[in-house]
Order: sequence, then structure tokens, then C-alpha cells
Amino acid sequence: MGASVAGLTAAVTLRTEGYGGRLTLIGDEPHTPYNRPPLSKQILAGTWEPDRIKLRTNEELSALDARLLFGRSATGLDTDARRVVLDGGDSVSYDALVIATGVTPNSLPGAHHLAGVHLLRTLDDALALRADLRREPDVKVAVVGAGFLGSEAAAAARRMRLDVTMIDPRPVPMRRQFGDRIAALVGRLHKKNGVSMRCGTGVRRFFESGGRVTGLELTDGTLLDADVVVVAIGAAPAIGWLAGSGLELRNGVECDPTCRAAPGVYAAGDVASWHNNHFGCRMRLEHRLNATEQARAVAHNVLGENQPFAPVPYFWTDQYDAHIQAYGVFPADAELAVLHGELEGGHFVVAYGHRGRVVGVLGWNSPCELRKLRQLVVDRAPWASILPAPQAVWPGRHLSASLR
Amino acid sequence: MQVTLHQDKCVASGQCVLAAQDVFDQRDEDGVAVLLDDRPPAELHDDVRHAAAVCPALAIALADQ
Repeated sequence: MGASVAGLTAAVTLRTEGYGGRLTLIGDEPHTPYNRPPLSKQILAGTWEPDRIKLRTNEELSALDARLLFGRSATGLDTDARRVVLDGGDSVSYDALVIATGVTPNSLPGAHHLAGVHLLRTLDDALALRADLRREPDVKVAVVGAGFLGSEAAAAARRMRLDVTMIDPRPVPMRRQFGDRIAALVGRLHKKNGVSMRCGTGVRRFFESGGRVTGLELTDGTLLDADVVVVAIGAAPAIGWLAGSGLELRNGVECDPTCRAAPGVYAAGDVASWHNNHFGCRMRLEHRLNATEQARAVAHNVLGENQPFAPVPYFWTDQYDAHIQAYGVFPADAELAVLHGELEGGHFVVAYGHRGRVVGVLGWNSPCELRKLRQLVVDRAPWASILPAPQAVWPGRHLSASLR
Repeated sequence: MQVTLHQDKCVASGQCVLAAQDVFDQRDEDGVAVLLDDRPPAELHDDVRHAAAVCPALAIALADQ
């Protein structure tokens, strides 16, 4: 259930691993499966057209020999009868179910009835936003939320030479993802590229004229003109349809280390919460690579391998001339050490240390060096073992005033 | 097996190098993937299929020869 990367990959892997039985792939979007990362980058900026992000050609989809139900959503699950109920009331029975329904973007109360206010999750969202950004010259854009999506949308809008303001209640963009020190560099990058940063403030209310947004008031009292507003304030697992199913639902579909939620029921991708034995904690990742890797692991487990899924997470983001990639996890109170390059130099790799171990490495325009240092996370290298080498070390939770 | 690499799609994730380092490498300057062997020997085919499957940019195409 779910026909984005995770759902499609599970289906493809089942077939390539020799499953010859009946297979149904169900997704709520009308489009054939597509790749999401370019939506906030090349698709929004207009450098790629939608055809370029298809995950499979129509011929490849046919070769999957699956029943394809696109534009259909699930409304319920009966785990005893092993049946998924679809909109319209008909149902699909299963021996094994892979739940891959992803996440739904959070919305901002009192805003989304206005023209000009956009969410960004689907291809249709991206095309609608792109059209609105091109509606007239000199469009003023407000981006609410400075995480991955908000930051990338702001960068894409600047690439279109638009007037962009980014608003976030936290003191620096991408703080939750990277911690204060690297987040401060992201903030500086946006400022350098002409984005007006309004960090430490939220949105109090929207102004409108004739049903279209015209501006907003921030919690610090600032008034901003805005013709287009992008709301990028996170997303919640799409689990509403599973209410009453008996599955454990908290932050996503709760699974065991093999990604199994109940007999014959597995979850993969953004919607899955599972225990990652490598880090000894529960995780739910909204990363592109995880959707692929987890779906592959789930497909193997459906076929009887029953192995724990214990990856080192990987993600990346592209903003202006910065290509930022990371392996591992990035706790807010982690220590930081520079392993390669210089923070001020635009090329570097930093390690994140937590409870005496290396738990993450992040590269800024240093993909080759980063890949070589990934092993530190795989090995959970003792933090002390890297300390003679780095060029600079900071304790956790210490903001650098000079970088702000 | 014939391997094709679309460098214009590559996002420099390096997953292909992790999966099959005898077949893929990365450019030093920007990390974009480089194809070392477009007809890898049979013993590497599983690794190359893995590389193509996990590429987040769908930049690797495989054809049976």
C-alpha cells in the first residue's frame, strides 16, 4: 500500500528475488511512481520537466506483472481477515502487506483556504507552486519553515531571482537536522544568496485580498508582503487509515527490528518506525535512500529472510552551491569535530560524537572525503580515537556567536 | 551486462561506489560518479545491480548483453 519509492521498490524487489505470485501496487496519486527529491530542486526551479523523474517507464511497470491501482487510497485495514479496504468500499486481500503510505505535510491553521498558499509534497504541489512563482515578475515569496524542504524551496525561488523571506521559530535554519554550528553556516549561506532570514519568529496571521494571500504578520510584529507562501513545517506519518486496525501507531507504524508490525504486515519508508539495532534506538526516517533500503529489506523479510534492518542513514540536500551530505544520526547535544577542510572554507567534513562514539559524519562540498569517513559511523568508532586527528573540536550545545 | 551512467542526474551520493567499487568511482572535485567498467565481469553483477537499485537519482541503467 503506497506507490512511491518504498512501495514500488518493495514490489520490484519481490519480483527480482523470485516471487511469482499475485502482486498489487496501490497508490493515492494519479501519476505513475516518481522520484521526490527533485520536486524541491530541479522541478521547482524549472530546469527539469516531470517526465524526467519517473521511477519506472510504462514498459518497466508492465514488466512488473502487478495489478496497478493508482489514484486509489486505503480507508481501513482488517489484519484478521488480511484485507485492505479502499476508497469506494472494495477491498484487496493479502498474504503479506507492505505499508508504505509515507507522510502528509503539516498545514498552518487559517492559511490554506487562500490562493497563493502552498504545501510541497507531491508532483502536483510542485507544479502548482512553480506556476504561481512564475505568475508575474517580482513575486514576493514567504517560506514558512527552514528545514530541508523550506531551505531548498527558498534556494529554488532565489534561483528564479525572486524576493524570498524565510521564517522559522528556531534561531537558525536546519537546526534540528544539523545542530547549531552547521545550521549557522546554512543560515549564512541563505543570507549570502539574498534570502531575508526571519529566524526566531513564527507566523501570527495572514492578510488577504479577494481570497488571495497578500502578506503575513509575524509573532514579533513584523509585517511582510507576500504573493506566494510556501508552508514547509514538517510532515506527519500517513496512518489515519490504520485507526482501529490493532497496529501500534505512535510516531508512524511501530515495527520490530525486522520492520514487521504484525503477522504478515510490514512497513517501509517515511511511515515506518522501527528499532535500528546499529544505533540501539527507534527511528523513523524521511530520507530518500532509506525508502529504497528499507523496502528492499522488507521484501527480503516477506520472503522469509527475517533479518533486522540496521542501516547507517544517509541524506543530502542541495542549496545554491552547497552540496551537503550526511551519514548517521545528529543528536542536538552531540560534540562536533572537524576531520577535513575548514568550516570557513566551504569544503569540510565534520564528525558528530555522542556518548563516547562517532554517530554521524557530515560533508559540505566534500563527497569523496565524506564517503571515506563513513566507516567511522559504521564502526561506531570511539570518540576519543579521532580526537588527536581533527583540526578543531567543540563541546555539544555551544553556539558560536561569531558564526551567527 | 552493459552499464550506463547518466552523470547529469547524479547527486554524488556515492552509494554506487559503496556497492561496487571496482565498477564505480567518484570525481574528486564534485563527487559525481564515474564509470570504471561498462561491461563488468559476471562476479560483480550482483554488486552492480545493488548499486543501480540504491542510486537515489536513478542515474544507473543496466542492460543484459
